[in-house]
Amino acid sequence: MNGVETRTNYLNAEYGLLSWLLTRDHKRIAILYLVSVTIMFAIGGLFAAAVRLELLTPQGDLLAADTYNKMFSMHGIIMVFFFLLPAIPATLGNFLIPMMIGARDLAFPRINLLSWYLYVIGALFTLYAMVTGGVDTGWTFYTPFSTTASNTNVVPTAIGIFINGFSGILTGLNFIVTIHRMRAPGLTWFRLPLFVWAHYATSLIQVLGTPVLAITLVMVALERAFHFGIFDPAYGGDPLLFQHLFWFYSHPAVYIMILPAMGVISELVTCFSRKSIFGYSFVALSSVAIAVLGFLVWAHHMFVTGMSVYAAMIFSFISFGVAIPSAVKVFNWTATLYKGSISYSAPMLYALGFIGLFTIGGLTGLFLATLGVDVHVTDTYFVVAHFHYVMVGGTIMAYLGGLHFWWPKITGRLYPEIWARISAAIVFLGFNLTFFPQFILGYLGMPRRYHVYPDEFQVLNVLSTAGASILGVGYLLPFIYLGWSMRYGALAPANPWGATGLEWETPSPPPTENFETPPVVTRPAYAYDLEEVTVG
Amino acid sequence: MASSATAAVAAGHTHAHVQHQFDDAEQQYSAAVLGMWAFLIQEIMFFGGLFLAYALYRSSYPEAFAHASHHLDVTLGAFNTAVLIASSLTMALAVHAAQTGHRAQLILFLFLTLALGSTFLGVKAIEYSHKWHEGLVPGLQWHVDAPDARQQLIFFSLYFAMTGMHALHMVVGAIGLIVLLLFALQGKYTAEYNTPVEMFGLYWHFVDIVWIFLFPLLYLFAHH
Repeated sequence: MNGVETRTNYLNAEYGLLSWLLTRDHKRIAILYLVSVTIMFAIGGLFAAAVRLELLTPQGDLLAADTYNKMFSMHGIIMVFFFLLPAIPATLGNFLIPMMIGARDLAFPRINLLSWYLYVIGALFTLYAMVTGGVDTGWTFYTPFSTTASNTNVVPTAIGIFINGFSGILTGLNFIVTIHRMRAPGLTWFRLPLFVWAHYATSLIQVLGTPVLAITLVMVALERAFHFGIFDPAYGGDPLLFQHLFWFYSHPAVYIMILPAMGVISELVTCFSRKSIFGYSFVALSSVAIAVLGFLVWAHHMFVTGMSVYAAMIFSFISFGVAIPSAVKVFNWTATLYKGSISYSAPMLYALGFIGLFTIGGLTGLFLATLGVDVHVTDTYFVVAHFHYVMVGGTIMAYLGGLHFWWPKITGRLYPEIWARISAAIVFLGFNLTFFPQFILGYLGMPRRYHVYPDEFQVLNVLSTAGASILGVGYLLPFIYLGWSMRYGALAPANPWGATGLEWETPSPPPTENFETPPVVTRPAYAYDLEEVTVG
Repeated sequence: MASSATAAVAAGHTHAHVQHQFDDAEQQYSAAVLGMWAFLIQEIMFFGGLFLAYALYRSSYPEAFAHASHHLDVTLGAFNTAVLIASSLTMALAVHAAQTGHRAQLILFLFLTLALGSTFLGVKAIEYSHKWHEGLVPGLQWHVDAPDARQQLIFFSLYFAMTGMHALHMVVGAIGLIVLLLFALQGKYTAEYNTPVEMFGLYWHFVDIVWIFLFPLLYLFAHH
């Protein structure tokens, strides 16, 4: 290969499609996930584009009402269940957790491969539902609309999400066991990278929350297909029970999306400010606190459903509580940046973008946790803007930042830095132009999920759609230059960023067994100030 | 259990069974135990949704639930409860036989567990067909003529969802038992290596325990 010495690594250890489809190597499975979540992201993005185009004008002149309903439903379903939830854990988590803790693989490699197949089968079910007529319930599947009124493909979609749920459960289970049982000698809990802590907390949610969604979808499917009467008010069933069960999972699911993102950001902030993270144990335990508190706040999605006002007050109060560990993280990242020697590399730009967007998303979450304000903005674009700031501004910024940061490790190649910085800037600007106007729209009263709206909302909607097209460019650029770098990028050294962490002590790309000699850990994480880290 | 694995490491017999990602048999064993318990906690949450729905509707419609519960056959339910408890015993004996390296006993007790599990499923099928003929299957075959028939439908929806999900776990368990039996016949399990038998035992006991809750909640509700 042009005189370049190539050692055996996980990419060239075996050849052929079957060697990938039957692999049990966590790194190869991470690549399989990377490819599949990227495909789902592209599909979900096309639906988003359709929604934004329709909203360019106040009239419903592009899509009929029921088509529009299917567009935003499929956008939400694909993005939430098949992109945002698995994106960071299944790709970066899968790739990095064994290496970060000095293990040769996850505890259950076969189950890890099974998780990917479950993901693919779930995705195929959902895509089948999409091409054979779509689904119009929104991603929330509220009963009794989903069980009795809607005449779209609810059951195959529910089956797809059910199957995909077990993919997440098994991934979480694998991470928990791996982190508990397979750490390298000397790697105590409080020496773990914060990325690992974040994934540990995420895995707890996956294992405890996802089965509740699974059984809820079973009940919906039974009711729809066989006319069982569990949620149907006609039989005395309670649609609110569905919402309680649904949000018991789907609120914590937000933390399945954002906690791994926070783990990525912790790695990036400390590396690119060349400082040990401020308040390591607070950042670590705040992940667990978010996971625990996240299970106690689900009913803040239900303030206007007619639930008891006393229950609403309690859920409002606990919802404010989640702000505390979230703020701990933001403050500690900020304190880490303070007097750090900051380098504005592309991953760091994404991380700084994340902090800005997540702060806006988190603070507007407090608006929504406030009972009176929530009544005013429920089911308006204010909510849409809020959760996009958290879930998209948070998760995707961190995902892209992490992907750039570990790209040299994953592929063994460097990407063109200037293009990466440009696309980070475009994503940040496009994102704000897309979603900030939606806060105002929602505050002014534009409801979500409508394909027509009063004329006075058009200016803000045009801004939002313009922003979406810029954002689209920002998402497209990394496809191009990262793809380019796989073939033409400069060969990456083992540790191009001069970062701490076991994953950087092994060659890029790593050998199949991760480490040539099993590592022994003698230092805390992020010992940037303890000794000079050699670059390269 | 843990001590037998440790002893096995000391004896140095287990190397062939240690997968590449583990350092030693003890680490592999402890990973399997933690993984199985995490899976069972997941199962508790999975069934938890159904139990929550049951609790809510039972407190909302106690009389309709009592009326509906009268249609269930307590004798068959009690028989099945006894069958399952017996199968838990034979499973525990199978695990013990595996740990002490008694292959013939292991095969015998696995087979007995499979037979008892199949008996349970057979009785369940008979009960389901009774319900079908009595018109008690929501949506498909529902002919209940009572003032509270609509709320009784919720009871039977939950009955079929809960016992159906439980039966599905029994079917999966029966498949697991067949696989264990085949491996046991090949002599794969020894006093040094028997983790799959032990892990499957946990699963089997869990499924039994779910039934221990289902039986009084569904069958005995009207008889207290």
